[in-house]
Amino acid sequence: MKTAEEIFKILKEKFGDSIVELKSDKPIDPFVIVNPLEVDKICLFLREEKDLLFDSLMNLSGVDDANGEKVKDEKGLETIKGGTLSVYYHLESTSLKQKLTLKVSTNREKPEVVTVTESWKCADWHEREAYDMYGIVFINHPDLRRILMPYDWEFGYPLRKDYKNPEFYQGMKVPY
Amino acid sequence: MALKTEEMVLNMGPQHPSTHGVLRLELQLEGEIIIDVIPHIGYLHRCFEKHAEAMTYPQVIPYTDRMDYLASMYNEFGYALAMERLMKIEVPERVEYIRVIMGELQRIASHLVALGTYGADIGAFTPFLFCFRDRERILHLFEITCGARLLYNYIWIGGVSHDLHSDFIRLTREFIKDFRPNLKELNDLLSFNRIFIERTANVGVLPLETAINYGVTGPNLRASGMKWDLRKDDPYSVYHKFDYEIPVGSGEKGKTGDCWDRYFIRVREMEESLKIIEQAIDQIPEGDVTSAIPKRIKPPEGQIYTRVENPRGELGYFIISDGSLNPARVKVRAPSFVTMQVFPELCKGFMVADVVAILGSIDIVLGEIDR
Repeated sequence: MKTAEEIFKILKEKFGDSIVELKSDKPIDPFVIVNPLEVDKICLFLREEKDLLFDSLMNLSGVDDANGEKVKDEKGLETIKGGTLSVYYHLESTSLKQKLTLKVSTNREKPEVVTVTESWKCADWHEREAYDMYGIVFINHPDLRRILMPYDWEFGYPLRKDYKNPEFYQGMKVPY
Repeated sequence: MALKTEEMVLNMGPQHPSTHGVLRLELQLEGEIIIDVIPHIGYLHRCFEKHAEAMTYPQVIPYTDRMDYLASMYNEFGYALAMERLMKIEVPERVEYIRVIMGELQRIASHLVALGTYGADIGAFTPFLFCFRDRERILHLFEITCGARLLYNYIWIGGVSHDLHSDFIRLTREFIKDFRPNLKELNDLLSFNRIFIERTANVGVLPLETAINYGVTGPNLRASGMKWDLRKDDPYSVYHKFDYEIPVGSGEKGKTGDCWDRYFIRVREMEESLKIIEQAIDQIPEGDVTSAIPKRIKPPEGQIYTRVENPRGELGYFIISDGSLNPARVKVRAPSFVTMQVFPELCKGFMVADVVAILGSIDIVLGEIDR
């Protein structure tokens, strides 16, 4: 069983600048921040390397960091400019009983992350959900469509902090 | 001369009794053989995660009930556990025991629905009534404890809302005594029924490699032959104090990981849950159940991923706190959501009628898939 520090060192040696830093100051789970455009290779390595063997992706979660600048648009509604959206990956090795959390951050205006479906098939729907809720585009994803919201939903991404409900959806009043 | 054939697309659902809720399956058929299945979900989407961001931490608990409405106790359990780890709250031992008892009763209740409706789906109606008769006893136990039969709001951060009713232990013992023979009756009636075995064995086989890669957990993973249970492999609460087995599928009637294995794992798990409940009500200590509930719930800044073994598999809560009274992010890793992805793989090459048998065997709850 390896600690997050040891895994961070192995990754840093292998991938260099793509591994940004290890955050372990705040409670409770330490996580490794990596480059969003290299995350597929890093995950493949984590899965295949014989003393890491992260064969299972427990969870993949999009997050709105809401760390941009808050501005009012012409209607007086608050929107967020700049800042980042993030994706957290919770990995687990069922044989070696170790866990690791990865984090990637991407800019809010053009959020792009490389898919990890090549490493774990179960990332497919998780990534579709992150796209549906945050608008994060997963490059090379086999089937990037909305999943929980209606396919014709064109009013933005609901879990972004500055999301506004539309007034009407298909002729029905939304805030009832 | 060969007959002219072409692919046909058949819509199954969203209002179909065997989809256990509102799930639409787009079947691509060649004759009666399934080439591909495309599941369409989201008909029950309430955006729990957006609601949670507008609530204070204790207010989230009733919403968690409404995700997996057949295992509400366990959803609360997982959420409370995540918050306690984030806030470093020590919970009194009596509370831990109560939670385990409630959790295991809920597991039996949930499996009874799964097995009963599975029988009903593929043509055996009587076991359905037997299962619901027994489940009713468990719901009564929950009702005398907290006043609600399905959506409890019972397990709170740091404790539980009420202590056990004075009759609870006696009624639980009576239930266990009556339930063991009923379980044997269920086996005679359904599990080892020749027609049932013919219908489910060797159907929808899930190989272990595929199961892990698709993130399948819980009874479905164990049916494929892996001894993996978070109660033992990532222990939480007081589960380490009890003596019980983890049933694993062995391909008794067909190949390992077929529908019959997935069905029978749940029967055997109910027996193990009975063992846990028996030990827990023998050992339960006295104490105050509300003493550790904090007056003001304001966790420090940070993030945590906590998981528990729900009746359907690994239920995970990913909570990010920004140090305020409301969560910045609550993501639920719902076991049914993840398991549903492997469903097309299971169906390929089988008949249309087998879709119902396979869907019933993976035991999904749409409230949890759509959240």
